[in-house]
Amino acid sequence: MPTRIQKQARQDTMLLNMGPSHPAMHGTIRVMLELDGERILNSEVEVGYLHRGFEKTCEHRTYFSLLPYTDRLNYVSPLINNLGYVMTVEKLLGVEAPERAQYIRVLMSELSRISDHLTCLAAMAMECGAFTAFLYKMKAREFLWDVIEQTTGARMTTSYIRIGGVRADLHPDFDSVLKKAVEETRLVLKDVHGLLDKNKIFLNRTRDVAIMSREDAVAFGWTGPCLRSTGVSYDVRKARPYLVYDRLNWDVPLGERGDNFDRYLVRMKEMEQSLRIIEQAAVRIPRSSRAFIAEGMAPAQAIKESRRQRVRKDITLSPNLEGSEEARYPDILASDKGFVVPPKEETYTTIEGLINHFKFFMRGHGLRPPKGEVYFAVEGGNGELGFYIVSDGTDRPYRLHLRAPCFHIVSSLEQLIRGRYVADVIPTFGSMNMIGGELDR
Amino acid sequence: MEEKTILERLRKDFPAGVKETLTSLGDEVVVIDKEALLQIATFLRDGPAEFRMLLDLTCVDYPGKEPRFEMVYHLFSLSRNRRLRIKMGLDESDLRLASLTSLWKNANWLEREVYDLFGVHFEGHPDLRRLFMYDGFEGHPLRKDYPLRRRQPLIRLKE
Repeated sequence: MPTRIQKQARQDTMLLNMGPSHPAMHGTIRVMLELDGERILNSEVEVGYLHRGFEKTCEHRTYFSLLPYTDRLNYVSPLINNLGYVMTVEKLLGVEAPERAQYIRVLMSELSRISDHLTCLAAMAMECGAFTAFLYKMKAREFLWDVIEQTTGARMTTSYIRIGGVRADLHPDFDSVLKKAVEETRLVLKDVHGLLDKNKIFLNRTRDVAIMSREDAVAFGWTGPCLRSTGVSYDVRKARPYLVYDRLNWDVPLGERGDNFDRYLVRMKEMEQSLRIIEQAAVRIPRSSRAFIAEGMAPAQAIKESRRQRVRKDITLSPNLEGSEEARYPDILASDKGFVVPPKEETYTTIEGLINHFKFFMRGHGLRPPKGEVYFAVEGGNGELGFYIVSDGTDRPYRLHLRAPCFHIVSSLEQLIRGRYVADVIPTFGSMNMIGGELDR
Repeated sequence: MEEKTILERLRKDFPAGVKETLTSLGDEVVVIDKEALLQIATFLRDGPAEFRMLLDLTCVDYPGKEPRFEMVYHLFSLSRNRRLRIKMGLDESDLRLASLTSLWKNANWLEREVYDLFGVHFEGHPDLRRLFMYDGFEGHPLRKDYPLRRRQPLIRLKE
């Protein structure tokens, strides 16, 4: 079936396919260009190559078990997706995470934000020929992911932020690893500024290319760094503060012209602000009140002994369950019973605990938010990441809709590249930070 | 108190179009009649509330209920830092609805998405085609009566 552009194309022009499999089309997206020589007369963007029915799948999963699917939305900053989903459910339930968990969430989302921006800019720079900048940024990202991996146990598919709090407490070495990562990231940012800010090749391809006006950016529903590059000061963290963002001291960097270079620069400046947030949060985070359990009894041993008498000893859990100890719950998980997974010690050693555990995971018995509908948004790497959830009182969402920030941004690509050259598609598309996972859902 | 004035203003200016205004979990909601959508949307965008941004647009399917579909719009006002949710029912027998592409540019893709996944027809949309699914796909996958595991491969799978 001929597409719109094939039907409308003039006879003397050439149609060129960019993608779906093209090194510069991050993920898979197809851009069809109608060319007059090198100049783009018209274009058509075709998405959906990564559509995997995220929303439909979520309607068939319980509130607890659909969390891993949110990791796969924006796969560069999965922790922010976790956060967006979890906070939407929390709003529905009326639960609030403990203060330490809130600080952990801030730390984790800022680390993810930096790695998101780094990835976007690294790819954008590489596609403009600056391979060194790409490698530097990837190096910094590795340091950040080390921090994330140490605490969450995974680099990308973290599923770390849970309804009511977070899955595990910070790693004991968190502070030192974080310090190193922050230092290294600062150095890389400095290097990249030096490499790109006055680089003539980079400037020629980004300065005054694909300019977006403020009015159009708003009309297209742009949010995040792309919107701020046009000079509109809207950041969900400032406008509608969540977690502890309003207690921390940081600025919202703005651009002036709204071209590719501004989108690059705003992201660079935002990373510096995120580092500021991380440093403050790492200092202000309330200390964990409980010590680690050094020596305890194995769960099987405890069950055996409990046949004779009530066991009062501490239980040592498998390292895989770190963070699920009862003693750590008050710091990192809300105390509301029924909203969080029951502590593992209880599950392993008492019959009530086991029943609670089964009830939590059993079909139709787990987390059941009240009837209602809710929209909540956090500031994702690309902008306002909003979840709209309709609950019918059962244990799975009746409808879950994601407001993907890059969906709105990519929908303006056709307008941005009209009248430009083929080569301009690459930095323009790169500066948008298209993420297939959240765009196509 | 400002949110009250917006909801009250809507109720006063559009007595026929606005069915209900409410606040649910801190979100302001206005339930309207589908005939009044374009009029109310224009008023919200250009009026004193300045809802210049269309945050989101989606649909919810309630099979067996009347009306079966419910359209949900989320608007955002940058100057007032305020969100507003517009809801309206849509009968299965008449799935036509005014397009908002003339007001917000991102409505183009958002409405294509809803058309693709729910089968709602937006009148006045410049290019109403499927967005995520391919041409020739049958049915609308986000409707509740579309089975979760139904497959429609473009290429025949190996037996």
